[in-house]
Formats: sequence, C-alpha cells, structure tokens
Amino acid sequence: MGQGADMGADMGGNLDRERFTAMLDTMWRIRAFEEAAVRSLDEKLVLGAIHPSIGQEAVAVGVCCNMEREDLLLSTHRGHGHTLAKGADALAMMRELFGRAGGTCGGKGGSMHIADFEVGMLGANGVVGANIPIAAGAAHALKLRGEKRIVVCIFGDGAINRGPFLEGLNWAKVFDLPVLFVCEDNNFSATTHTAAMTAGPGAAARAESLGLPAQTIDGNDAVAVDEAARAAIAALHAGEGPRLLHCKTYRMTGHTAVDPAGYRDAAEVERWRAADPILRLAETLRVAGVSDERIADAKAKAYAEMDEIYASARDTAWPDVSHAYTDVQDLGDPRERPFS
Amino acid sequence: MSDITYLEAGRRAVIEEMQRDERVWALGEDLGRGGVFGQYKGLAEIFGPARIADTPISEACIMGAAVGAAMTGTRPIVEMRFSDFALCAIDELVNQAAKARYMFGGQMRVPMVVREPVGMWRSSAAQHSQSLESWYTHIPGLVVVAPSTPADNLGLLKSAIRNDDPVVYLEHKDLWGFTGPVPEGDHLTPLGEAEIVREGDAVTIVTWSAMRHVCARAAEKLAVEGIAVELIDLRTLWPWDRERVFASVEKTGRLLVVHEAVTVSGFGAEIAASVAEALHHRLKAPVRRLGAPRIPIAYAPPLEDKARVSQDSITDAVRSLIGYAPAS
Repeated sequence: MGQGADMGADMGGNLDRERFTAMLDTMWRIRAFEEAAVRSLDEKLVLGAIHPSIGQEAVAVGVCCNMEREDLLLSTHRGHGHTLAKGADALAMMRELFGRAGGTCGGKGGSMHIADFEVGMLGANGVVGANIPIAAGAAHALKLRGEKRIVVCIFGDGAINRGPFLEGLNWAKVFDLPVLFVCEDNNFSATTHTAAMTAGPGAAARAESLGLPAQTIDGNDAVAVDEAARAAIAALHAGEGPRLLHCKTYRMTGHTAVDPAGYRDAAEVERWRAADPILRLAETLRVAGVSDERIADAKAKAYAEMDEIYASARDTAWPDVSHAYTDVQDLGDPRERPFS
Repeated sequence: MSDITYLEAGRRAVIEEMQRDERVWALGEDLGRGGVFGQYKGLAEIFGPARIADTPISEACIMGAAVGAAMTGTRPIVEMRFSDFALCAIDELVNQAAKARYMFGGQMRVPMVVREPVGMWRSSAAQHSQSLESWYTHIPGLVVVAPSTPADNLGLLKSAIRNDDPVVYLEHKDLWGFTGPVPEGDHLTPLGEAEIVREGDAVTIVTWSAMRHVCARAAEKLAVEGIAVELIDLRTLWPWDRERVFASVEKTGRLLVVHEAVTVSGFGAEIAASVAEALHHRLKAPVRRLGAPRIPIAYAPPLEDKARVSQDSITDAVRSLIGYAPAS
C-alpha cells in the first residue's frame, strides 16, 4: 500500500496520459454511480440489497480497459464497477437498480443480476463463485468455435473457498481455455475477514498448484492492474492458457450498503482510505503532467452525469406487469390456467 | 420401423442432432469411452474429442460450463451419469441455467439438455437409484422429460436438443435394454404431449418413465377382468399435457397416478390436485396416487422391493376405485 503513487511518479514521464486519464474518468463514474445508488436508498429507489465496490474501482477499470467490446466478462454480486467499465449504459443500469422499464434486464434482475450481452457482460451473479464454471464454459465454447475472443471472470476472495473455484480453474487448465480469472480481494467474505476463513497462502498459490500462472498485485494501483491485466490478456491471445490475477484491494463500505461494518478496525479503514485508488491515480496523473483542471473535471463530470441519470431513472415507469410472465421458457404457460 | 433398444435410440438421437447442427456437443465423464452405460459408444470416433468431451468428475463445473457454453453460441448436451450426481450441480441448474433467461430480461437463451439417468436398477442403492423429477418440475424455466420407449427416447431427445431452454432429460436406467419399434427418418416427438397408450372408459391411469410398462401389464390383466383402463404416458412432465389428462378423467371419472418416485411431494400430487380442482364434479371416486414410501432405496432386493410400485398394487388400486361407494 501507498507505493502506487510513488511508482506512478517514477514512471510519470512514460505514462500514457490519455489512457490513464480515461481510466480516471471511468473510475469516477463508477464511484459516482455507486454513491448515487447508495443515496437512493433514502428515497427507497433501490429496492433490494446492493453491494457497493467503493474503493475497488482500480480493479474494474484496470482489467476491463484491456478487453475488447466483444470479449466476455463474468462478474459478481458486487459488479456495478465491472459492468460500467465493460461499457454498459449507466442509465439502463440505474433503471435496473430501481427496477424500472428500460433497465438493463427490464427490471427483472436488479443489482445482483445485471447483464448486458451487447457489451459482452454475461452477468453479475447472486451466488458467490458460481460465475467461475460459467466463465470456463463460455471460454470452452469460444475455443470450440475457433474464436479469437477471450473471457475474464472476476470474483472475490470469498469465492476461493467454494468448490466451483477448484472445479473451474482445473477445467480451464485441462481444456487450455482462454480465460483470465481475477480474484478481487477486498479482505471480506460478506462480514467476516477472509483471512480467518482461508487455509494456506490464498488465491495465487491455489491457482499455481493447478498449473495456472498467477500474479499478486496492488489492486488499488490502477497502473499496476492495467499492466498486469494487459500482459495476462496478451498471454491468453498468444494461446498460453488460463491464468489468475490476484488483486489486493479493500472494500470501503460494508457488505451491503446498509451494513455499518462495525466489525472492521478503524485504523485499518483509515490506512486504506489513504490508499484510495482514484486519488492515487489522480496524483499519478498530476505528477505526469496532466493539468489540475482536467483531473478535477473527471470528478465533476462523473457526478454531474450520475445526478442526471439518477433523476432520469427515478422518473422512469415500472415495467409493464405482463412482463412478469415473459421469458420464463418457450413451452408451457406459467400462469394458473382454469380448466375450461 | 425397426426394433432398437432404448439406449440405442438415445445414441441415435445424439448422432442425428450432432450431424444436423454443428453447435451441438456433449460433455460429461467418460464420454470418450462411450459413457457409463454405452449411450455415447463410438461417438468420439465420429465427432472427435472436442465435441464428445471427456470431463473431470466435476459435476458443478460440467453443468456450469454448459450454461456458459449455451450462452456463447453452442448447444451442449450435459451427461450427469446418474441423476443422483446432478445434485452436486443443483446451483448451476436451478440458480443459473433455469433463471438466466428471465433474470437477464430475455437477452439470451440457455439451450442445453441435461441427461440424468434415473430409477432403480440392479441393486444400486440409495445414491444411484432416485427419481427426483418433482424437484425439477417445481423450477420455473426448466422443461422436464421422462421417456419410456425407444421411439420416444429418440423423438423426445431430438426435440429436447432443438429446444431453446434448458431441458432436464430423465432416462430410466432399467430401460436401457428395452427394445421396441422406432420410425425411420427424422423422428421428432413433440415436447408437452402425452401418449394415450391404451384407451378405456373405466379408470384413467397417468404415469411416466419405467412405470408405464408396469401399468401396461396391470391394464392387460384388468382387461381380462373386464375393466377398461385408459393408460396415459405423460412423457413430458413440464409442461404436462393437462388437456389429454383432463379429457380422459372427464370420460372415466376415476384417476390413479403411478410413479416410481416417493409419493410425498411427488409429481403425482400436482396431477391429483389439478384434477381435483378442475374436475371434482366429475369424479366418481377419490383421486389415488401410488409411489414409493418415504424411505431411501435399499440395497438388498427384498428391501429394495419395498420402494417399488408393484403390478399387484396397481391392479388393487384400480379395483378399489371401481368398487368405491361413497359413504351415505
């Protein structure tokens, strides 16, 4: 922790300022989107549970900025950042969180089931680790079809204690599939410290034990995440098989937006607050010569956009109730049918 | 028409559909060697190991990978080996495959067939003998199919592979060697359509899977006694053919549902309740169900038999329905 800004300063002269300024824009958009979503709880606009990724934005942006639109992404219940970074429409997403017509999934999924197949985002998932076999299967299909696309599967540190983690990584290796597993390690399995629940050295060691190359990086350093993700995805394209990126970050909120997270150590929280990934990237850019005005603009524009989106989503109608019965399955009538 | 086994019919269905549609592939344990029962024998030689994929013993990942592969332009056939093992993959089937289309607002389909051999067979005991079809009929998003003849195993499996939603396809292990006539050509049995195996006007028996054959023998015997049973093989359990069942019960006024699964919360309860709700005014006797007692399936044959619905219990139940006289 705390080294990212120094590293950024060291390499400031070589930094691709345009690329990282765009990343800063996206990170602020994620932060502003989630803060708006959390704020909306006061107005009862977000209805079910939401799981903010505030503090983890560098992972979403650093990974997704290395993916093409047609590449495939599998995400988690804490997936707003991944989804935005993959290019999903923020207004449609906010409508989905509010359960409104025009939501990404027509209001049928909500925060935990956002998917946008148009941008290759194959779904958040309400079940921890369940996206791992699905990602392996998506990559399996790409290989069967002889496609050049790749798959990225992001999951949390809690997921590595579920069976599908073992099954999915083993599968990906056995079939030599183009999938990058990203363990977005925010330190918590719901409301419990993952370290207290995890035997052995963790995600990277487990991946390596199955023959997947693995790398542990500072997940709050957007520059480091970008570099590692770019190298990993290049290796996938070169046919070098699946791999894992272990990104160490920190969840600045509770498990859900309404969890006060009293189980955390205050000093720990403050330490991580000082390592805020957005502020670190902003500082890196400043040192690299990006103007204060441009850096401030990134934040201001993001909050202005999300304020507008918030209002627009709030003013959107509910889905037509007939949609309750659509897209269940082609065969059979899901409604009760009186005999006639 | 030619006579082939139920097992060969399933194999032929897979071959024909894989030849017809290159997006179709199969994945499961030991498929390259023909599958545990030989249902895939020779297929790896025809289609290659990529489309007849041997997998690790990772049921959750087999099912979950099929979901991802189905979302990504292919049409996987999942082999679960024994339906009991599919319980290791229930999240992937129930929370993922069945719900993806709906919860993602219809952005995509999950066209996959999950073959799950069910039923009692050669003293296979508690973890290799179950019939859990009612678990699946309870889940919105799933189609549930239970073929009982070679012709239907060919025609229903082909239809299942062409269906755009996840299908749980329950073949009965005790029927693998069952031989029967199968039509030539591209034989498709429509999903959701029951078969009237035998017409009669005294009692309607609704059944499926291996119990169809036990019921058919019982009906033969009853015919000798002058009791004309109308025997209906549901074939597809979701969606089930209400029209055909209701029309039959309107005619007979008596219903017996027979299945191999445990009676309690079995799919027979759904049929019994539906008929009771819709046709109570037509019923001449209470609806009856026959299934297994609520015990795990035992290994020793005399104990295992206690979980079996016998031909005699069916004939007894039919006679009791015929002889039913309401208390006055």
